[in-house]
Amino acid sequence: MSGSDHTVIGVHALGKRYRVGERERYLALRDLFARAALAPFRSTKKTRGDYLWALRDISLEIRQGEVVGLIGRNGAGKSTLLKILARITRPTTGFAEVSGRVGSLLEVGTGFHPELTGRENVYLSGAILGMQKAEIARKFDEIVAFAEVDRFLDTPLKHYSSGMQMRLAFAVAAHLEPEILLVDEVLAVGDLRFQKKCLGKMGDVAKAGRTIIFVSHQMNQIRRLCERVYWLDGGQIRESGPTAEVVGAYEVAMSSGDLLENTDRAASKGRFVRWEIADLSSGSPHLLNTLGPVTVRFVLELKRPIHNGHHGVALRGMDNQLIWAWATSELELEMGSHEFRYTFPMLPVRPGPYRWHVSLYDDGKLIDALECLPEMIVATENYQHSRDEWNGVLNVPCRFEVLEGVRVE
Amino acid sequence: MSASQTAVLQSPPVMKITPPGNWWKIPIGELWEYQELIYFFVWRDIKVRYKQTLVGAAWAILQPFLTMLIFSIFFGALAHIPSQGLPYPIFYYSALLPWMYFAASVQSATNTIVENQRVITKVYFPRLALPISSVLSGLVDFGVSFLMFVAMMAYYHVRPTPALLWMPVFLLMAVATALGIGLWLSALNAIYRDVRYVVPFLVQFWLFASPVAYPSSLVPAKWKSLYSLNPMTGVIEGFRWSLTGKGNPPGRLVLISAGVVLFVLIAGLGYFQRMETTIADVV
Repeated sequence: MSGSDHTVIGVHALGKRYRVGERERYLALRDLFARAALAPFRSTKKTRGDYLWALRDISLEIRQGEVVGLIGRNGAGKSTLLKILARITRPTTGFAEVSGRVGSLLEVGTGFHPELTGRENVYLSGAILGMQKAEIARKFDEIVAFAEVDRFLDTPLKHYSSGMQMRLAFAVAAHLEPEILLVDEVLAVGDLRFQKKCLGKMGDVAKAGRTIIFVSHQMNQIRRLCERVYWLDGGQIRESGPTAEVVGAYEVAMSSGDLLENTDRAASKGRFVRWEIADLSSGSPHLLNTLGPVTVRFVLELKRPIHNGHHGVALRGMDNQLIWAWATSELELEMGSHEFRYTFPMLPVRPGPYRWHVSLYDDGKLIDALECLPEMIVATENYQHSRDEWNGVLNVPCRFEVLEGVRVE
Repeated sequence: MSASQTAVLQSPPVMKITPPGNWWKIPIGELWEYQELIYFFVWRDIKVRYKQTLVGAAWAILQPFLTMLIFSIFFGALAHIPSQGLPYPIFYYSALLPWMYFAASVQSATNTIVENQRVITKVYFPRLALPISSVLSGLVDFGVSFLMFVAMMAYYHVRPTPALLWMPVFLLMAVATALGIGLWLSALNAIYRDVRYVVPFLVQFWLFASPVAYPSSLVPAKWKSLYSLNPMTGVIEGFRWSLTGKGNPPGRLVLISAGVVLFVLIAGLGYFQRMETTIADVV
């Protein structure tokens, strides 16, 4: 679903500056005294020190009903931007205009108190997140049912398991009905089933015409939820546009670089130095965007010949699940550079990051074993079940037919 | 387009988020909008305070009552401090009521920003709601300990006089003083973490600079003006007078104190507002 033409968030040349160290250490009165003693005539405001721009010259516009993702590395400024929009912190330069009631969900269980019961915490957290008492009372049963904690409502929260606390917290948050919802990473926790339930609920919220800004490091969540993405880097917008494009570019950039350099390995008799996809149809040697034939090559440098080599290769998913492995023995290799080439008719694995593992032994002794970086990003079209819990390891197009009048033998 | 969508389109209240400025603007209207949240903060403070204690709300009585006993024994029975012809328990308890309220509220307001830092860094609400809640939740304890005073009045046959009608005024003054001081200290404590260690000393010192253990008539005339700059002087003298009807209505003293309270409160609001813009960055 796409947004209307009505802009609900307009950010204009926004900047946020922190003093370096401001977040790391609390001041004590003695600092004040020391400062006063050292520089009696200097205004305390003009303390020297380095400043860090967490955000610089950010301008963006978000229309009503859009679900927009913010991605970027740690420290890129995503959370700072969200905090400014949530009015938790003030910008240093520029301004933002927000129209509509803003709800922020930057943490799970904001305002929860361990001494209070589940029931009391629903009211407290709801009020802190911006709900009216009557509104909480009206949704109370729904919240409790969503959290699946009805039997423990009058138990103090400190006796809840962390899973139960999480579910209760989400349930409250999921029932917020602001016009604009700011969500920071909170879905990274909790068990998978409940996470999906929450994502489903958020999807409903989006369908109801509300605007969502969503920060996450999990690109699959971003892909699933967002239509448009801003990629922040070093406090500035590096790229923005449709989710697939920007997330793809981000994943490529994240994985650019070379194989891990390691001094131990450098001194050895041989090492793998590089891996890449040979035919560059995708524009990046580590991005796979086709379900057609693929050639993957590993570059090996040998400082001495190999007489009885054994070489293994494996492809693993990010959860370290083994996707495929293969090995060959009795290799004879000269000194110098070599290339191991693997050609597959197709690599029908579901989109996401994968890692190649390669190894080489000589006479049973390890020459080199490497977990290849960057990851291989698979960004092919998805041919799977529309529901995530039914997404499998394989991603293959298939033909489905219904034949009528088949005779049963 | 659904009904709710049209509603949004019709009157979008545009909120402009800008760099800090205008710290002298007190968001009265916004605080009014957030009155339910203030109520919830007060409710939480009280619930939590009594859930974790052994005797619960009895603390609200025990604390002033035991202090009253100690004062009656040492300052009264032993030191023979003049008590305006009142029984020592009444003399002390009537002053300890506002004093205990003030001391507890100031201490709780000092810590409120730091104690609520997780909430402050995760969600917006006018930060003023926190010290205001601290000061309001102290009123519940005040109410409980006031019941004890009523019982003591009956026990000592001290009859209330029309002066009692003034009590709400002095209570309001006590709230304003606690809030004014609490605003300063909570903002300072957010920036300088050792403020909270200074506050107990400050409160103790303040106790002896206020007419709790003795009547203000003991203070030499030439120091009276300076003495009444302490806003708690007017509050406590006023309380004692309105509750017992003994002594003269503390006119000039109260006026000076009220002026100081007003100044402290307004300056405190300004200072707090100025700090508010950076609080989420430093806590």
